[in-house]
Amino acid sequence: MTWYRTVRTALHSLARNPMRALLTTLGIVIGVGAVIAMMEIGVGSSSAIRKTIASMGANVLLVLPGTASSGGVSFGSGSVMTLTAEDAEALLKECPSVRNVAPVVRARTQVVYGNRNWVPAVMYGTTPAFLDVRDWTELAEGEGFTERDVLNANKVCLLGQTLVRELFAGESPLGKEIRVKNVSFRVIGVLSPKGANMMGMDQDDILLAPWTTIKYRVTGSSLQSLNQSSSSSSASSGNTLSRLYPSSGVQLYPQRSETQAGDQPMPVRFANIDQILLAANSAEEIPSAIEQVTNLLRERHRIRPGDPDDFNIRDMTEMTRTLASTTSLMTNLLLWVAMISLVVGGVGIMNIMLVSVTERTREIGLRMAVGARAKDVLQQFLVEAVVLCLVGGALGILAGHGGSYLVWLTLRWPVESSPEAVAAAVGVSASVGMVFGFYPAWKASRLDPIEALRYE
Amino acid sequence: MPLIQLRRVFKNYRMGELEVPVLVDVSLEIQKGELVAIMGASGSGKTTLMNILGCLDRPSSGEYWLDGEEVSKMGADQRAMVRNRKIGFVFQNFNLLPRTTALDNVAMPLSYTAGSLSQREARKRAREVLARVGLAERLHHEPSQLSGGQQQRVAIARALVNRPPLVLADEPTGNLDSRTSEEVLALFEELNREEGVTVVLVTHDPHVAGHARRTIHIHDGRIVGEPPEAHREGILRKGGVP
Repeated sequence: MTWYRTVRTALHSLARNPMRALLTTLGIVIGVGAVIAMMEIGVGSSSAIRKTIASMGANVLLVLPGTASSGGVSFGSGSVMTLTAEDAEALLKECPSVRNVAPVVRARTQVVYGNRNWVPAVMYGTTPAFLDVRDWTELAEGEGFTERDVLNANKVCLLGQTLVRELFAGESPLGKEIRVKNVSFRVIGVLSPKGANMMGMDQDDILLAPWTTIKYRVTGSSLQSLNQSSSSSSASSGNTLSRLYPSSGVQLYPQRSETQAGDQPMPVRFANIDQILLAANSAEEIPSAIEQVTNLLRERHRIRPGDPDDFNIRDMTEMTRTLASTTSLMTNLLLWVAMISLVVGGVGIMNIMLVSVTERTREIGLRMAVGARAKDVLQQFLVEAVVLCLVGGALGILAGHGGSYLVWLTLRWPVESSPEAVAAAVGVSASVGMVFGFYPAWKASRLDPIEALRYE
Repeated sequence: MPLIQLRRVFKNYRMGELEVPVLVDVSLEIQKGELVAIMGASGSGKTTLMNILGCLDRPSSGEYWLDGEEVSKMGADQRAMVRNRKIGFVFQNFNLLPRTTALDNVAMPLSYTAGSLSQREARKRAREVLARVGLAERLHHEPSQLSGGQQQRVAIARALVNRPPLVLADEPTGNLDSRTSEEVLALFEELNREEGVTVVLVTHDPHVAGHARRTIHIHDGRIVGEPPEAHREGILRKGGVP
């Protein structure tokens, strides 16, 4: 019996009782529909999360300077300046997995315009590459600063939306002069709004300027002023608490004696920078980028094998992975529920197929009498069950797709259609038909034609 | 060479501990082109004989040669193929597929034929056979839309569609009134006369058997030359057709 004719016979037998076929396959429709809807909503939300993370800078790595230690007490990362702008340039040149690099010098100080003032949460001295690393190349107004501005330490800056709102109150800031620690900066551009990051910090409360300008004109910092151990004693300038509880008299940590300082000189490099921001080519290349950066920096800093790094690398993938695994856990959970409903649907199919075999005993007997072999009967009922499941699967795909579209329409949840889910649904419904259709079909094929013909 | 040759066929059924003999030492020959009636009362073993002749059942012992093949030792699948190619069945209760057109009902056996015809050829063949039994106008009617006589003619067309040398009819008029019975029997005679199809009618009705050119009587599992007096009188006293 040819396949075409078998399928046609199966469709014909099902069409003899369309209502029953429809109700039988309802379990499969619901199961497949649930699978499709779950997959589409799950894929949609995980890609939405990926987009949120990308807005903070896709595939960003942060290189922080290492720790200073004195007399066995370490001061935490960033307490010693080991990174230079040359490191940043070398990273871009020599690490193939790194797409772009931006050196960063940080400052926190007051910004003044006219009679208003504000202390931005973030004041970065950097290079034009920063905007590319952070995926922030779209400016709301004006233009970014250039490499030439960096080389000349030009007094230009870009402002975030919050800063513009606080200082200018509706005025256009372009071309205006603002003062930062009595250095006057010309505003040449306004960053596009970015909103809060995952920690809830306002990313628009920012001032960007060439790192050379911040370094040499604004902070003018040296090693000593940034070293925590010494800053704890010299913090008295702005902090009123330190006046209440004077710390100057008590030294918590032993000071380096002059002999110690002479024995272990701490080099002061004036081109020190606070951190380096890197973008890897893709999320997959982040591990290799970390390895390349580590090797290069160890080499440049002349760290012997076995000695600890004088820098730290942090990546956002941890956070990405946590969020992605949470959504995939939920999706998988719901997928299992949907699978269970598919199995229940399969049991329904088996039940009705058994009824159908009993009901059509005479037909089976007749078919055997006119020459159907056991194999033919088995095939006929199996194909019938599979066709039933596939029809259910097709309806389920439509229902699931419609359902997720409805979710998008009403709740605005992100939804993304997934061809894998459709393929899986077709495969699963066909195999449900095979598995649950086999027993009834086998039972039909084992009938004795004489008994079957006489069956009332 | 005879079309059907039974040699010393026995058939026993097992009822718990007991072996019940149903056919006892049946030997029989039917030539090609014969119109034969097998007659017997219910329980005489005629249904069992028909099942064996129709390759639905195998004898417990003995040989059955059908069209030059020894079929009694064949397996189920082989017998299915023999049934498909060599035997057409007509049943008392027609056994048509419900909610299926006459055309599809008749074409159904062709789909089980090895190296089967294309769908179009199969339908063409079915249409021809339906025209042959006088139902050219009712190709697309479903069994529920046909009268009993028409349904039985569809069943006869189905039996003939694969051009088998043998047609086995089990009480073909059992569910029909006397007028349509006559028509159906006339159709069998016509097919036998004009197409040379060997027809075996299995019946308990002497009137049906009267249409056959040869009648084989079976009584208590044995073939008898003449029906026993008592049996014949019993039928006559009841008024012939029960």
